[in-house]
Amino acid sequence: MTVTVASSDAGFDASGFFRRKRWMAFAVPAVILAYFVYIFFAFDIPGLAERARMDNARILVADSYSYKTHVTRDNRMGGITIAVEGEMKGTWPEGTSPDWVTQESGDRTRVALKHGHAVVIDGNTLRYDVPGYGVIAAEVSRSEGVVLDLPTDTVPDWISASKTRVDITTGGGRVTITKARTEVMRYAFGWEMFWFTLDSPFHGKSFGELMGLALSGERVVEGKSNLAAILHDIWNNRMWQHKDVMWAIFETILMAFLGTMGAGIVALPLAFAAARNFSPLMAVRAVVRRVFDFVRGVDALIWTIILARAFGPGPLTGALAILLTDTGTFGKLFSEALENVDKREIEGVQSTGATPLQRYRFGVIPQITPVLLSQLLYYLESNTRSATIIGAITGGGIGLLLTQAMITQKDWEEVSYYIVLILIMVMVMDTVSGWLRRRLIAADDSGR
Amino acid sequence: MSDLTAGQAGAARVADVQGAYMAMTRRKRAYGSVMLIVFIALMVSGFRVADGRNAGGFRDGIGNIFQFPGEVLEEAGQKVANLPGLMWHFLPSLIETINIAAASTLLGAMGAVVISLLATRGLAKWPRLVGLFRRVMDILRAVPEIVIALVLIFILGGGPVPAMIAIALHTVGALGKLFSEVNENASLKPVEGLHSVGATWGQRMWLGVIPQVAPNYLSYALLRFEINIRASAILGFVGSGGIGYDLKNAFSWGQGRYDEVAAIFLLLFGTIVLFDQVSSRYRNKLIGGA
Repeated sequence: MTVTVASSDAGFDASGFFRRKRWMAFAVPAVILAYFVYIFFAFDIPGLAERARMDNARILVADSYSYKTHVTRDNRMGGITIAVEGEMKGTWPEGTSPDWVTQESGDRTRVALKHGHAVVIDGNTLRYDVPGYGVIAAEVSRSEGVVLDLPTDTVPDWISASKTRVDITTGGGRVTITKARTEVMRYAFGWEMFWFTLDSPFHGKSFGELMGLALSGERVVEGKSNLAAILHDIWNNRMWQHKDVMWAIFETILMAFLGTMGAGIVALPLAFAAARNFSPLMAVRAVVRRVFDFVRGVDALIWTIILARAFGPGPLTGALAILLTDTGTFGKLFSEALENVDKREIEGVQSTGATPLQRYRFGVIPQITPVLLSQLLYYLESNTRSATIIGAITGGGIGLLLTQAMITQKDWEEVSYYIVLILIMVMVMDTVSGWLRRRLIAADDSGR
Repeated sequence: MSDLTAGQAGAARVADVQGAYMAMTRRKRAYGSVMLIVFIALMVSGFRVADGRNAGGFRDGIGNIFQFPGEVLEEAGQKVANLPGLMWHFLPSLIETINIAAASTLLGAMGAVVISLLATRGLAKWPRLVGLFRRVMDILRAVPEIVIALVLIFILGGGPVPAMIAIALHTVGALGKLFSEVNENASLKPVEGLHSVGATWGQRMWLGVIPQVAPNYLSYALLRFEINIRASAILGFVGSGGIGYDLKNAFSWGQGRYDEVAAIFLLLFGTIVLFDQVSSRYRNKLIGGA
């Protein structure tokens, strides 16, 4: 901007400038709007409402903070099993039951649901007393299928009934009846057996009782102190698999750490070769830079696929994929930082009779350390997130657990547990890397 | 101060300072070497753990590293005539991937502009809620895209929309932080001027702040667009639409469709490099010309 040009053509320029501005002020929003209209139809957003499964959303939300216990009668063989989420791992041992299930006689079981609802399973018949509605009776027979007897003539919308399957969903719980089995489900708040599974002697004890047990000498499990037994039972919880989950989190962080730091180590010497002021040969510079562009352009996704073929699934594959991609990124960033170093500092070191190696050590490295460290730490945090995604692709770490839990579409409480853990993990990494960045760089500025 | 004038005491003081400086340097060196040793130990043990927990070890795998690319190249080489056709065939998927990235960047940037203004001290409409909006940005930034995408795929079914929403939400957090840093450096004078003539908060921001910061906003948004193209390709691989999904299908088919894999690799690589170059050129122009 030269003053003379601006002053001589000021009037003309200004009106043109404003015209252009005004035009832009309408054109830019119009283009964006047109693009969104295009996206609206290209992504078939009108059809989305039909495809959306709001019932899935409800299951997801409900399951994330509650769990259900299944009381199941096998209609072919007889016999009742009580299991949390209907899983083998959560089955109540023979002869025990939660207090809302009572075995009245041989094949007669009473299940008290919430809000005064009650179900009696008696052999092949079931009676469900819904307060304010009446008694629903159902019988399973080999020839007729499921026969339903309702107090009203019409079937209310919370009951879906067919010959093969009856499904009753109320505020108190849920009942499904098929030829094979009768199942009563009662919902309860919380994450079931998060600390102890049913086979642990500590199940159902309050925190105070546990503390008392941990401190007092009476041993619950032979040959182990109570504290060790408690920790052992939590760590080896088969329902929530805390051991595997913690390993998965660790693997994810490990991938990010190894990948980021490894990339830094590989990229630093290469960055010298790519920097104009350290690498006199144009050809070398060009080659190294193209290598950086290549590994960055191929992208973590493709590297992950290629490496997974060679190394199989696991944290090493993820770490190497991050390492390769970030070598390109770091190479570019570091070489830019190197091109900006102050020559005078290097000359100053040289004037004291330093060898070339010492010149690099005392003249160059201290100048680029802040950039280097802050980039490394910044990427460490961002790679923790990438490692979650890469884990989902290659199979390793918390990403794999998350996708597996999602694919089974059953254990939504585990999904929400993993999501919470991932959030905590990323935020902790963010905090740690931010703290380290401030510490290291501040220390470097003051004491150099 | 008076002891500095006395020669003897001054010399002693210099010796003191020198001694203290040398001690500090030694301490710093000691810290430095301890940290280096800890770092190397962490790297080595971390590598060993990762190696042990991997399905295939590093030693066995490193020899096979060129096997898969070799197979792909070989098959692509045999069917090299197919490649242009296949690339044309996958072009719509590629466009979908780019659209996911572009739409989510736009949506995310628009969200980020608003939330960053609300989270900047001095500009916020509700100064008391600055902390709240910052926390919201932190959380949005912390959630990996895949988490939101997988949940949304479960609810909305496959397709580009879950990926778009997931990336857009993450973009709000990531850009919001950068934007609010830019906002902090904006001059408050135009804002005060507008305030004095009775402009509303929206007008003050739109006319007083945005023109100052728009070039930086754009530059960050372009960088984010580049990142989002990669993210949208990856999310496609995990389950949403776009070229990632095609890549997954071709890839899990295995031998016989490696020409497709090669075509998609080429498309993806070309796209990423192209947008990388274009965005870095424009960013240089924006920041240089601002």
